[in-house]
Amino acid sequence: MRYDSPLAAVGDTPLVRLPRLSPSGDVRIWAKLEDRNPTGSVKDRPALHMIEQAEKAGRLTPGCMILEPTSGNTGISLAMAARLKGYRIVCVMPENTSEERRQLLAMWGAEIISSPAAGGSNTAVRVAKELAAEHPDWVMLYQYGNPDNAGAHYATTGPEILADLPGITHFVAGLGTTGTLMGVGRYLREHVPDVRIVAAEPRYDDLVYGLRNLDEGFVPELYDETVLTTRYSVGSEDAVRRTRELLAEEGIFAGVSTGAVLHAALGVARKAQRAGEQADIVFIVADGGWKYLSTGLYTAPTTEAAVAALHGQLWA
Amino acid sequence: MAIEVRIPTILRTHTDGAKTVQGAGATIDELFKDLDSRHPGIRERLIDDGGALRRFVNVYLNDEDVRFLAGLGTELADGDNVTILPAVAGGAR
Repeated sequence: MRYDSPLAAVGDTPLVRLPRLSPSGDVRIWAKLEDRNPTGSVKDRPALHMIEQAEKAGRLTPGCMILEPTSGNTGISLAMAARLKGYRIVCVMPENTSEERRQLLAMWGAEIISSPAAGGSNTAVRVAKELAAEHPDWVMLYQYGNPDNAGAHYATTGPEILADLPGITHFVAGLGTTGTLMGVGRYLREHVPDVRIVAAEPRYDDLVYGLRNLDEGFVPELYDETVLTTRYSVGSEDAVRRTRELLAEEGIFAGVSTGAVLHAALGVARKAQRAGEQADIVFIVADGGWKYLSTGLYTAPTTEAAVAALHGQLWA
Repeated sequence: MAIEVRIPTILRTHTDGAKTVQGAGATIDELFKDLDSRHPGIRERLIDDGGALRRFVNVYLNDEDVRFLAGLGTELADGDNVTILPAVAGGAR
């Protein structure tokens, strides 16, 4: 494959069957390796698409300051594109994210504003919205509410999956901005009548939820529950256990949120097998494990020790 | 019939600080009424005036969001786990 520039190489990622983790020959699990994007995560797709659409609409012009709330990957993708295209960027990121994310953002020249750990990404979103109000000249692409986030997946991820696996029965991905599930989900529903769209939502330690008032919760503007078939909450322990299994069984070195998504995919696979159904289940590997190495969870002797190592960190 | 219910930090003022409590009921709706009988005020935090689950409250039966099952009418069985959580902006990977 040949591309005219590094940015043009976003997408066209491999879809690989997982022969050891698939429960049987009739119930097959497939991993879409989104860590094979230029900055190493699925977020290169929405980041580049949001920038290009904002350029087309005249919202982004050379020298502009981009502002974005992010727990890491979107900021990293935006910062790389911003560097190549001549924009400046400020990322609002919760303070309890890994050191690797901070270094990667700094490496691409992004300025980081830390938001308090309590409330996690909700707080980052609130802080970013306040900054946007104070700086009307800054351009907040706002992945949680920007239709071009889901649009990127509708235009690229969805068609790639369907072309590689026309018999797909289930699509499983992580629920953050909801962009992947909304975009791929809508595309697949238009082309595969009975396809099931399954969300895996990270369930964090109490620290992240601690101070949340139930009246001030947050549902991303992009979220449309009619696109989903169902939604699972996956705790840190299951996410870590599956991340380690994926490495040990299939040799795939993935980030922790991918473990959570795999956990949901395996649950769906078990259901299909019990019902005697054939299934081709695609799940998204959102990023590689590199950014989480400092947690020690890949080399910890036991899952329990790995979970303890991750305590209090945002892992998705 | 015993159902284990995980309570988020913000609602533990109703449960004397307990992270999990036991409840009973054939449906989520009955379970919340049962909880309210021993932890007064908790139901009102979960359910709005129209009798629906509040927008920023998520309830999971064995980790599956009840909004995609039968909502408050979702049936429960002995040994089930129910988790109540505030809605958060997931990860933004």
